Amino acid sequence: MSLKARQSKEKRFQFAGLAAISIGLLCLVMLFASVLSAGLPAFQQTFIKLTFNLPADKLDKSGNRNPQEMKKVSTIGYTKVITEQLKLNLTKAGLEFDQLSKKELKNMISKEAPAQVRYAVLEDPSLLDREFEMVLLANGRIDGYYKGRVTKKSAELDVMVSPKQLELADQMKRAGILETRFNGRFFYWPDASDLRPEAAGLGVALLGSFYMVLIVLVLAVPLAVCTAIFLEEFAPKNRFTDLIEINISNLAAVPSIVFGILGLSLFINFMDLPQSAPIVGGLCLTLMTLPTVIIAARASIKAVPPSIKAAALGLGASKVQAVFHHVLPSAAPGILTGTIIGLAQALGETAPLLLIGMVAFVREYPSLSPEGIFEPATALPVQLYNWTVRGDPAFVERASGAIIVLLVFMITMNLLAIVLRKRFERRW
Amino acid sequence: MSFVKYSIGAVAAVAVSAGFASARDNVHAAGSSTVLPYATIVAEAFGENFDFPTPLIESGGSGAGRKKLCEGVGANTTDIANSSSRIKQSDIDNCAANGIDEIMEVRIGYDGIVFASRLETTGFEDLTPMHIYLAASDKSSATNWKDVDPNMPDREIMLFIPGTKHGTREVFEKKVMLAGCKAAGSYDLFFDQNGGDKKKAEKECYKVRTDGRSVDIDGDYTETLARLASNPNGIGVFGLSFLLNNTDTIYAAKINGVVASTETIASGVYPVSRPLYFYVKNAHLDVIPGLQEYIEFFVSDDIAGPDGPLAEYGLVSDPELAATQDMVANRVPIGPLD
Repeated sequence: MSLKARQSKEKRFQFAGLAAISIGLLCLVMLFASVLSAGLPAFQQTFIKLTFNLPADKLDKSGNRNPQEMKKVSTIGYTKVITEQLKLNLTKAGLEFDQLSKKELKNMISKEAPAQVRYAVLEDPSLLDREFEMVLLANGRIDGYYKGRVTKKSAELDVMVSPKQLELADQMKRAGILETRFNGRFFYWPDASDLRPEAAGLGVALLGSFYMVLIVLVLAVPLAVCTAIFLEEFAPKNRFTDLIEINISNLAAVPSIVFGILGLSLFINFMDLPQSAPIVGGLCLTLMTLPTVIIAARASIKAVPPSIKAAALGLGASKVQAVFHHVLPSAAPGILTGTIIGLAQALGETAPLLLIGMVAFVREYPSLSPEGIFEPATALPVQLYNWTVRGDPAFVERASGAIIVLLVFMITMNLLAIVLRKRFERRW
Repeated sequence: MSFVKYSIGAVAAVAVSAGFASARDNVHAAGSSTVLPYATIVAEAFGENFDFPTPLIESGGSGAGRKKLCEGVGANTTDIANSSSRIKQSDIDNCAANGIDEIMEVRIGYDGIVFASRLETTGFEDLTPMHIYLAASDKSSATNWKDVDPNMPDREIMLFIPGTKHGTREVFEKKVMLAGCKAAGSYDLFFDQNGGDKKKAEKECYKVRTDGRSVDIDGDYTETLARLASNPNGIGVFGLSFLLNNTDTIYAAKINGVVASTETIASGVYPVSRPLYFYVKNAHLDVIPGLQEYIEFFVSDDIAGPDGPLAEYGLVSDPELAATQDMVANRVPIGPLD
């Protein structure tokens, strides 16, 4: 081949490589752009600040301020009271609302609000006797108006919101009753039903994911490291260990849903562990992550030069001492990196959770004590999926917000893996 | 080494506490994704107003929910199966085989099914079951709506119908395809061809074309909506509640001249609707705290009545709700299916 032909071949190859990277980067940019533009509004929320003078005769009929008796008034009762309070506040601010129907007025405020107020009153019955301020969520459509999801034009066609409501919202904003600001509740409130997308948060999902990752960490790492050390350093090389080795590599390639099926029959049906609980999810994900961590741990143990072990043995160390004092510390950065990548994989997994009942509507937080791992919870990717199938377009924003949170976790974990590797990696 | 010690300790703690972790204090329901939004609305309100924890609602499909219900009795099995179609004899037999004799059938209301297209896609304001049948049947070779009916717009036929795993497919077949088949006169033809076999003739009417003009959607309505966005000529099948949440992007066709609304469905004038149910395992009623209260709350006037939150979300209130309330209060199990 002539020099020219070889050089042009190299150019073509370089160009192909560059094109491949560009396509990849372009896709990534498109993904980030669409997720960020759809999801960033989820971290903002529109709130309505109201001054309350609650009618004590309606909310506490017996008049003795006993929370047990006051519980009889349900959130439906509170809804009416809140609409009246909104009217009072609007009148005080000098705003016109006669042209709005009763239903339109009621729907300015989130359906979460009655529960918020009721909870506050039952906590502190003395609120009935004095004036107090409370910040309530605005309805999802009103909120969407300030995020560009709803416009006055679309509101004309939308049966869930009217242009009059948006007009009033604008007036309320000018009067300082309504404002759109950062929404920390997105991170710690639980999921909400389809009627109130504005109140939905990631609280239960984050807690569930945290428990599961913790279980994976506690179970998978010791098991994987022990397996790797044994296979690399102690096990004889024979047919049987070859078989184990092949099986571990195979397990790493098994579709994750299979671990869900296994989890259902083994942990729930046979061991009688509770459904929808992080313990079962964590166990399934442990099984799924084990092969990945074992392979990473073995590779990094193998990468430790035999001279180090030989030197330790030569100085009179036992085999266990040589492994635990010299080989394992040298291999630790690699094992750590493998572990973090395995955990990141476990964090983003949904398929096995589908079968063990974690793809569900869960509104109760699992407790923060160790028993919490036996109580129902969801996980981050599951919550994200649940939101994408809901009818109200406001949930699209919520789902994209959840994607951002998940991506931030992933990027942090992977960055941590890279930093640890760079920091502690030793070249021999 | 301390890390190893701690992790071994933690594993031991997990193993020990696993032994006594089977009691359950929240209601557990599973099943239809159509019933799911209604069930979550009720669960949320229940958790807010009662001292019991918020029930846990799993989705996964009507059939899967009923199967789960019939797995057996005990805290590790589900209490309620949400279902968008009526329970089958095979489910009842399965339940009986697993020691579940009493199941309560609770009808919560009706769900309307609409044919909707994007707002800019004009011309689909009026449809009849016959139109849909002539466009969707596997005997059809029409590619343009003009071939189906000269009064229809000059648009390519593109239908997005619920996949076979959905309960909605059954309604689509019975209330739309069969009705259209009869109106078009094809039913009589199939009836004669099959030597007077009613079942075979009906099956023939249900057959949907497979040349890509009718697409089965196995996902949710959000997928159908996304499909419409990329196929502006398309008509998709949606639930009424989904439509109500998206009236700024899609509109529903009148069927036989009737607008789909909670009123027309309740009165039975709008032809494409179906009842929604949930099934309760009676054996769990006094065992799982809050179960009886939850189902009574579900069918109470405040919730399932015409002014309740369920109706607001698009459920058509059951005119016979009072009878259901009595049945729930007296725990009357389901009788033999007719």
